[in-house]
Amino acid sequence: MTDNKGILVFCEIKEGKLAPIGTEGLGIGKKLADDSGQELSAVLIGSGISGIAQEAITFGADKVYVIDNDALKIYQADSYLMAFEGLLGQITPQIIIFGQTDIGRELAPRLAFKLETAATLDCVDLSIDADSKRLLQTKPVYGGNANAIYVTKTDPQVVSIRTKAMTPLEQDSSRQGEIINISVAIDESLIRTRHIESVVEEVSGIKIEDADVVVAGGRGIGSVEGFAQLEELAKLLKGAVGASRPPCDNNWIADTVQVGLTGKIIAPELYIAIAISGSSQHLSGCSGSKNIVAINKDPEANIFRQARYGVVGDWKKVLPAFTEKLKELLAS
Amino acid sequence: MNIIVCVKQVIDPEAPPQSFQIDSATNRAEMRGASPVIDPYGEYAVEAALKIKDTVGGKITIITMGNNLLREVVKKPLAMGADGLILLEDEAYESGDSWTTAQSLAAAIEKVAEYDLILFGREASDTNAGQAGPGIAEILGVPCISIVRKIDINEKLARIERVTTDGYEVIEVNLPAVFTISNEIGEPRYPTIKGIMGAKRIEPIVWKPGDIGLGPAKMGATGGKAKTRQLFQPEHEGKCEMIEGETPEESAENLATKLREAKIL
Repeated sequence: MTDNKGILVFCEIKEGKLAPIGTEGLGIGKKLADDSGQELSAVLIGSGISGIAQEAITFGADKVYVIDNDALKIYQADSYLMAFEGLLGQITPQIIIFGQTDIGRELAPRLAFKLETAATLDCVDLSIDADSKRLLQTKPVYGGNANAIYVTKTDPQVVSIRTKAMTPLEQDSSRQGEIINISVAIDESLIRTRHIESVVEEVSGIKIEDADVVVAGGRGIGSVEGFAQLEELAKLLKGAVGASRPPCDNNWIADTVQVGLTGKIIAPELYIAIAISGSSQHLSGCSGSKNIVAINKDPEANIFRQARYGVVGDWKKVLPAFTEKLKELLAS
Repeated sequence: MNIIVCVKQVIDPEAPPQSFQIDSATNRAEMRGASPVIDPYGEYAVEAALKIKDTVGGKITIITMGNNLLREVVKKPLAMGADGLILLEDEAYESGDSWTTAQSLAAAIEKVAEYDLILFGREASDTNAGQAGPGIAEILGVPCISIVRKIDINEKLARIERVTTDGYEVIEVNLPAVFTISNEIGEPRYPTIKGIMGAKRIEPIVWKPGDIGLGPAKMGATGGKAKTRQLFQPEHEGKCEMIEGETPEESAENLATKLREAKIL
């Protein structure tokens, strides 16, 4: 084994703040640091970001490395990897934690391969093995039909964590930490991709990733009009509408609200699955929900194995009565 | 345009979850009673390659790695319209990890030598690892873009759209490059009768580890960087409470009341 020490969390930045996935990374990172008697560091990469470093300390980081460079204003894998290599020339962490985002899913494996070590992506649990002191990395495989626990033989042990699978610490402004600026030269001639533009596709109402309540429909909804009924319930509950893959493939609803391995992975307080059979690829997108309620006409539907409450029946009869009753209950 | 698509044979992810079974001795899983299939995620990469071939022409070579590969399964991309099939087929290709998988595929790609584009699905539907594409890009020293939903090729320049949480990014890159393909690229086409007949006549090329210069040090459990400690089916805590009523409407009302009482709403 090598002399690598410490736990490093790559904290993504969103709109001038730590992205929630960054605070989740620090949350699990802190636990691992405490369990293994190591230090927890964060790394921030971007341009004009030094003001955010203190925020990482309030979420548990002992040290924050800031790589602030105009050339890092927009994420590109090549330039961000250069930043990482610059940092890793100075520190040698034992564990590196990314978020399983559109950025982390690229950076984690590429960095691991550069460092001739292994990455495990989309982990839902991380812990330190009492005997070997190695990181036990639990991730869903076979589309969520099973979990696998992996152990990396080499250091650093690189992982990405599933969004909302880990709990951040309560923010505490009294926490102390050290901020270290790392100067890395970014040779722009070595960036092989050219970022032309980022396009935000607006969704009306609450974004599905942020919603506390998601009302999702499956193949059985059957039409655009059907989804309008789900929309009504979502609006009542101040939530968002979601869908499994078939409704998106059939253009009954936008692809951006697809929940599952080929879509979004969400963990709302309440997930109401309507006419969704519960394929494993879909469940891997919503199994982290605090409560799942299923409405399905097939009593054998797989979704009931995951649900806390279920109603067997035709959604066309169940949903309007459910919405009406809730209106009445919420008004009183 | 020479396009390589890496796609694997997997247990059928659409088979009913009840038929899923783990062999804890080998840490492998099977779908009882269901035949293996071409990875559905990989099919999107095949579709992306076919779309490029439709517009700018080219040759599509499929590389499939594994053991006991069923010819009728692994030939599906040929039936969809791909031109050639290389099988890395040997016991030694099994039981590795993402590291060894990428090493083997990269060695095969180097042997193919001529490539402008290397396409993957966004991840494999069995391991859900999502590392072969980025890993191979590092080994071969070519750029990599993940979760691509649209590709426009202009000579040796690709302009692509990459899926992000909020929408997408437009990125340009010179070829050769590695892309992992998202399902937004569009539904994979069905094989035509002509395609199926054509695929029957194509004999896959089989490369053993020795053919691509690989020894045990880079393969299997010894060559890997990670090991599987355990593979298991998570227990779902709590049983589902079925809410009943005389009519579907009454069940619905009871459900609403229940959620309110449980302070979930």
